[in-house]
Amino acid sequence: MYAQMIKSEATADDPDKLKAFQARIDAGEKIEPKDWMPEGYRKTLIRQIGQHAHSEIVGQLPEGNWITRAPTLERKAILLAKVQDEAGHGLYLYCAAETLGVSRDEMTRMLLDGRMKYSSIFNYPTLTWADMGAVGWLVDGAAIMNQVPLQRTSYGPYARAMIRICKEESFHQRQGFDIMMKMANGTPAQRRMAQDALNRFWYPSLMMFGPSDKDSVHSTQSMRWRIKINTNDELRQKFVDQTVPQAEYLGLTVPDETLAWNEEKGGYDFAEPDWAEFYGVLKGNGPCNTDRIAARQKAWDDGTWVRDGLMAHAAKRKAAKAAAQ
Amino acid sequence: MTTEMPLWEVFIRGQHGMSHRHVGSLHAADAETALLNARDVYTRRNEGVSIWVVPAAQITASSPSEKGPYFEPANDKVYRHPTFFDIPDEVGPM
Repeated sequence: MYAQMIKSEATADDPDKLKAFQARIDAGEKIEPKDWMPEGYRKTLIRQIGQHAHSEIVGQLPEGNWITRAPTLERKAILLAKVQDEAGHGLYLYCAAETLGVSRDEMTRMLLDGRMKYSSIFNYPTLTWADMGAVGWLVDGAAIMNQVPLQRTSYGPYARAMIRICKEESFHQRQGFDIMMKMANGTPAQRRMAQDALNRFWYPSLMMFGPSDKDSVHSTQSMRWRIKINTNDELRQKFVDQTVPQAEYLGLTVPDETLAWNEEKGGYDFAEPDWAEFYGVLKGNGPCNTDRIAARQKAWDDGTWVRDGLMAHAAKRKAAKAAAQ
Repeated sequence: MTTEMPLWEVFIRGQHGMSHRHVGSLHAADAETALLNARDVYTRRNEGVSIWVVPAAQITASSPSEKGPYFEPANDKVYRHPTFFDIPDEVGPM
């Protein structure tokens, strides 16, 4: 999940209007930008879509790390295309958030000064080429789990962005699994790298769905508003049930000794991730938090003259055109 | 303080001769860069053969609060649909 721990906003609107709004959502209607909406709905969505957009943009960094060192030209071209998709996904989502009355530049400022977050997963380093496989397979796999139901979310622009994203996301997971297959069927050293990548990314991937339902304080309101469709634990269970057989196919071992099939519930029993680590990463103490924000800050600062130049050029051309008329 | 780049709405015509269809929006300094950005953001997988970009500020939209009075007049004119008219079977396809 690219949006974790989204704090839902209390809402102090006219009860009649709120009731009518809830009725529209319950009837499965889409809420569109100019429709009346509770202030809490608007603010919660800005936070959620903004966090999702930031995750796509920051998520380019761990993979961008390997573009220049991809093992073949084909792998490099594929990774480049994948990272370019992430930029596109970020842009679709920023535009969806902008329909709620916040500008993209403002959201960028909020990311850089820490008022907005991105997914905890991108604060982990990508140490070997096998991590490109694990990220595509597990991280994009977990993201798909969350994003597929969000195609039916109540806010029209968000749902439409999600539809576009889901169409492209399946390529990401498959290219990751393809890397894992190659490594898992390779030399003993390559198999060890693949196993090591799974070991490091397993629990952080489980954390992507956010804390356990019993500790997830903001879910109820978001689910009533249909900006969250499934609970964190439901999605995590679905992810584990889907992923474990894939790991078995690869001949890799999920790093969880308690993992066992539970016939009664028709799913796996598995160990929860270390939630203290999760909250630590969210607070800024993950292995790469400082690097990630520093990289985004540098990109923003270094791009200033380009943005200014483009605007100055556009203004000059517009003035010249007006003078000629 | 940098001014923010204006917003453009993007319309794309797909492969099969359909109308241009709204696909989303993006920021760009001018129309030329808006077109280039639209190609990169919205047609990475052959989604289109033609792109229109329009400054978002230039779009006039109907108001959602007037949705009722605006569109309801069409509701009671069912005779505009061909299914309103019963044509006997023996007449054949029409």
